[in-house]
Amino acid sequence: MSRERLRELAVQSGPELLLVALFAASLAFSAWLSPYFLRVTTLFDMTSQFMELGLMALAMTLVIIMGQIDLSVASILALVGVVFGLLSENGVSLALAIPAALALAAVLGMINGWLAVAFRLPALVVTLGTMALYRGIGQILLGDRSAYGFPAWFVSIDFRYIPGTPVPLPLVIFAAFAVGFFLLLHRTTFGRLVYAVGNNAEACRFSGIAVDRLQVAVFTLSGLMSGMAGLMMTSRFASARWDMASGLELDVITTVVLGGTSIFGGRGTITGTVLALFVIGTLRYGMGLANVLPQNQSVVIGLLLILAILGPETGRAWQARRRRAAVRKGGELQASKAEVSAR
Amino acid sequence: MRTGDPQAPGPSAETLVRAMAGTIPTRGRGAARFRDVGLLLAVVLLAAVTAVRSPHFATAANLQRIMLDISLLLIVATGQTMVVLTRNIDLSVGSVLGLSGIAVGFLLKDHPAMPVTGILLLGTGLGLILGAVNGALVAWGRVPAVIATLGTLTVYRGLVFIHSGGQQVNPQDIPLQLVAIARPGALGVPVMVVMAFVIAALGWLLLRYTRTGRAMYAIGSNPDAARMRGVQAGRIVFLTYLISGALAGLAGVLYAARFATVNPASAGVAFELQAVAATVIGGTSILGGRGGVPGTFLGALLLGTIANALAVSGVSGFWQRAIEGAIILAAVAVDSLIRQHSFKEGARRV
Amino acid sequence: MAHDGRTTEGLRTRGLTKSFGGPPVVRDVDIDLRPAEVHAIVGENGAGKSTLLKLLAGVHQPDAGEVIVDGNAVAVTSPTVARSLGISLIFQEPTLFPDLTVAENIFMGRHPVTARLPMVRWRTMLSRAAALMESIGARIDPARPVGELSVAEQQLVEIATALSHRARFVLMDEPTASLTPREVDRLFAIIRDLKARGASVVFVNHRLEEVFAIADRITVMRDGAKVGTWAAGELSRDEVVKRMVGRELGRSPERPHVQPGEVALEVEDLTAPGRFRGVSLSVRRGEIVAMAGLVGAGRTEVARALFGIDSFERGTVKLNGQAVRFRSPREALRAGLAYLPEDRQHQGLIQALTVAQNMTLTILGELSRGGWLDRRREQELARRQVERLQVKTPSVNSAVQNLSGGNQQKVLVGKFLIARPKVLILDEPTRGVDVGAKAEIHRLIVDLAAQGMAVLVISSDLPEVLALADRVIVMRAGQVAGELSRDEATEESIMRLAVGTGPTAGGRKAL
Repeated sequence: MSRERLRELAVQSGPELLLVALFAASLAFSAWLSPYFLRVTTLFDMTSQFMELGLMALAMTLVIIMGQIDLSVASILALVGVVFGLLSENGVSLALAIPAALALAAVLGMINGWLAVAFRLPALVVTLGTMALYRGIGQILLGDRSAYGFPAWFVSIDFRYIPGTPVPLPLVIFAAFAVGFFLLLHRTTFGRLVYAVGNNAEACRFSGIAVDRLQVAVFTLSGLMSGMAGLMMTSRFASARWDMASGLELDVITTVVLGGTSIFGGRGTITGTVLALFVIGTLRYGMGLANVLPQNQSVVIGLLLILAILGPETGRAWQARRRRAAVRKGGELQASKAEVSAR
Repeated sequence: MRTGDPQAPGPSAETLVRAMAGTIPTRGRGAARFRDVGLLLAVVLLAAVTAVRSPHFATAANLQRIMLDISLLLIVATGQTMVVLTRNIDLSVGSVLGLSGIAVGFLLKDHPAMPVTGILLLGTGLGLILGAVNGALVAWGRVPAVIATLGTLTVYRGLVFIHSGGQQVNPQDIPLQLVAIARPGALGVPVMVVMAFVIAALGWLLLRYTRTGRAMYAIGSNPDAARMRGVQAGRIVFLTYLISGALAGLAGVLYAARFATVNPASAGVAFELQAVAATVIGGTSILGGRGGVPGTFLGALLLGTIANALAVSGVSGFWQRAIEGAIILAAVAVDSLIRQHSFKEGARRV
Repeated sequence: MAHDGRTTEGLRTRGLTKSFGGPPVVRDVDIDLRPAEVHAIVGENGAGKSTLLKLLAGVHQPDAGEVIVDGNAVAVTSPTVARSLGISLIFQEPTLFPDLTVAENIFMGRHPVTARLPMVRWRTMLSRAAALMESIGARIDPARPVGELSVAEQQLVEIATALSHRARFVLMDEPTASLTPREVDRLFAIIRDLKARGASVVFVNHRLEEVFAIADRITVMRDGAKVGTWAAGELSRDEVVKRMVGRELGRSPERPHVQPGEVALEVEDLTAPGRFRGVSLSVRRGEIVAMAGLVGAGRTEVARALFGIDSFERGTVKLNGQAVRFRSPREALRAGLAYLPEDRQHQGLIQALTVAQNMTLTILGELSRGGWLDRRREQELARRQVERLQVKTPSVNSAVQNLSGGNQQKVLVGKFLIARPKVLILDEPTRGVDVGAKAEIHRLIVDLAAQGMAVLVISSDLPEVLALADRVIVMRAGQVAGELSRDEATEESIMRLAVGTGPTAGGRKAL
């Protein structure tokens, strides 16, 4: 009994353990590349490079658990950055521009959700369109230049630390959101609905749950987090361009899937996403230290994405075959056991 | 009706409409027909307005440019159409185009005397291999098509950078015999344009007149029923990715011929959006099962005309991406409405 | 029992058996199909008729037994193999390609091609399709996409497909379920024509008047086994019904007569074209009303419309005296109407979630304290339901998919009870549930009524209907065929109304 319990625990926390091991490996890899890497300050500063990715991955975790996908996150980031930059350039006070930018982000996300619900289209088709549309609008608005000239207090968020510590502000912000999303997904009724809808939207409808409304809400949240990320990136670069964060949606999706969230919905955790974020962030940073071009780094990320999906899929197919074989042997008990261990 | 004239090798507008009506023999499908005619009208109207507003539009050189642009898009979109018909998507085509262009370009640096046919076959073959990877992932690895090809989009683009080391292929590296296929040939029409039309025609024939092509429709329309009828869905989906990859690979070589430079950071970037847009605006349903190459031809025609009209009207080319996005959204929304209205309840079991 | 062992022509089965993990659905069935005959297979819901057809058509593989065609044992390993043997199955719900034309649906995978190149000859295909459609008297343009056709027309396309395969054995699974009387007449003409051409047509049907109108021989099935095969002239309808039911037709166990309270649910003239027509019924507080009828009679459709899942065209629904029209299950649940769907797997429960998570899904709002999920309360409420319903589960935190069918059903009941409905509709509450759990669920339903709940039970299980119901509403072909009081209701009287041999629509109104 206790052995079984132990095995169950190992199976349950397997992905997380794997991620921790991967994280350690990428740390070791980076340390081997650069003797400076393992300094505490370097480690903390490194995180500022991928906190925008983290903010978006938090919300994307909810989107994917719900059984959908949002390809437009990086485009929302860019458009929000551009609009914010233009507002600031035109002398709008940041006290106004920041809420306006976030409101815009939420609306862009809401449009995604609304289009999918209203036209009964898969969200991936809708967000494929808005991925081009949103970034395209940014391109129209700003052209091929950068918006800059932000007040000094706003820029270089990554060079601000909690006084007396080496902890940079982006990490603090991300940590706060990570805790928030953890609570939202795992401790609120909203989070419960996300899981329920991702597992079986039809049964949810039969249980009197407003599935469409939930979907719009989750996409709105995804837009909002992309907006946050847009502001953070604009601060970090002290400028905004239409092509900022180009292709970042891939990293976001990879992070979430690598973190153990099923691309088919229904399963996933914030903890997994956070761990995967540090794996990918460290990996990218390490490769940067090794002078690997960003585009070449993407090869690794892309491969990681495909493997992260292919791996569990193949595993599940294999387990299903074993289960079927067990049933054929007439052992229904064996089958149900195999099912338990497959979870 | 000015756009019809300069396209000597292409079918006239009238034959086109007739061909479309024959794509899938349909009667009483007003909405779909309306869209085809509407597309053609949109192209004509846009061309007319632009011709009036800008003296640079209706020139021989510009029309040639439009045709070359459309040719490139049409080749890639023909493959995309087959993929989308089976209820899948291939987002990696832009990167395949780039990788093929770079690979061929670098090869030509060392072997400038290679025959054109060999170069074209090489690019196509490379695309075939890249397409096979996509096909295997989707058909047998059960990775959702969007995710699989989004992954390979990035991987292939990365390979472009690794192979090129960030260096671009310059005009002096592209031999003249290759450049020649994008220049006016015997009848004043570039070989490349002829190739595009031949490929589109072959794609149309495959989809309309072969059992394999019809099986593509069947898979997209009702995968379960297809299986019941003994259609080998895995193989056919794999085949569509092979074709899509091969055509994108070929387009990479043609890109090098057309522009005489291949830049790793720009060749084929976001081209998948154009290919998808041309496909869905032409009436191929993003949920599979309906559409075809003639519609895609109209889609490519419209996109090419829009891009060119923007350029010659002095409107910034920056509008292009937003317009493509809006077009994709409008097209899938319209398709969704047509589908909901034309099918009786319970007829479709997705 | 007509059985001719001599003839080798035709199709025979020997000892055909199939189970899906549980008890066999088809048990040791010997059946023979002769050329040029119409062979009807009748039986209650769940008697194994559809599965038998699917075994013959290669959709499922038998666990034991063999199929013999023209004297040779064959392995029907796929629908494609079946078709090459001349066996075609026409499904209850057509499985066609909605985007493609009629012609192509008929010829998919076998398009006529030119001799030299493998090019599809559209004109030939269209004219062949037209000829096929004409040969069955169907006026459908072969160039129309199938998605635009009505269900009846789609069925004709399936029949044409079977014809194009030169099918010698045409198996039809409830082909008339969704047809209008005129369409049924036309279908019968086609069946007679098929027979005249020497085909053997197998016809699964619930409506006995139709069976007697067309069948040469009738095979009765019960609980997966064959009861017997008779020439149609040998039997009366009543005798067929008796053989379908088969059990000793005793009275059901008594249950204390309750004095029903005021009307809780009142439905009048509820109509949704194509699904049901003019349905009126009422359920009082403390009363259990059963809705009997055969599969496809429109019972589930009525319940779905009441619960706000599907819309209806006209009619009034009153809940506790107030006119209501729910646009979503959410509204219905809030107003106190709950519906337990028949399909536990897809509509009822979320298999991967735990017992507690499933049970509280209907009242998540109540468990929220400013958005926070009150887990302690959730556990407590779930535990209380588990105790009350005697759900056998290791804990409330076990995944539902690890429970047996009966216990899953109890979780489903608990999930809706927890929302404290005033009117409860249960759709096949004991399907796929073992005997012990079934008795417990019955006791529970009786208790709920005793506590003043108005209960409507949709059930195809006649002993269950008799054991539970104060009144029985029998539906047939989308209409209320009749209503029986507790005293009038017997398995036979219900079945008569359900298959259409008894007094027809609106016969008697109890109360």
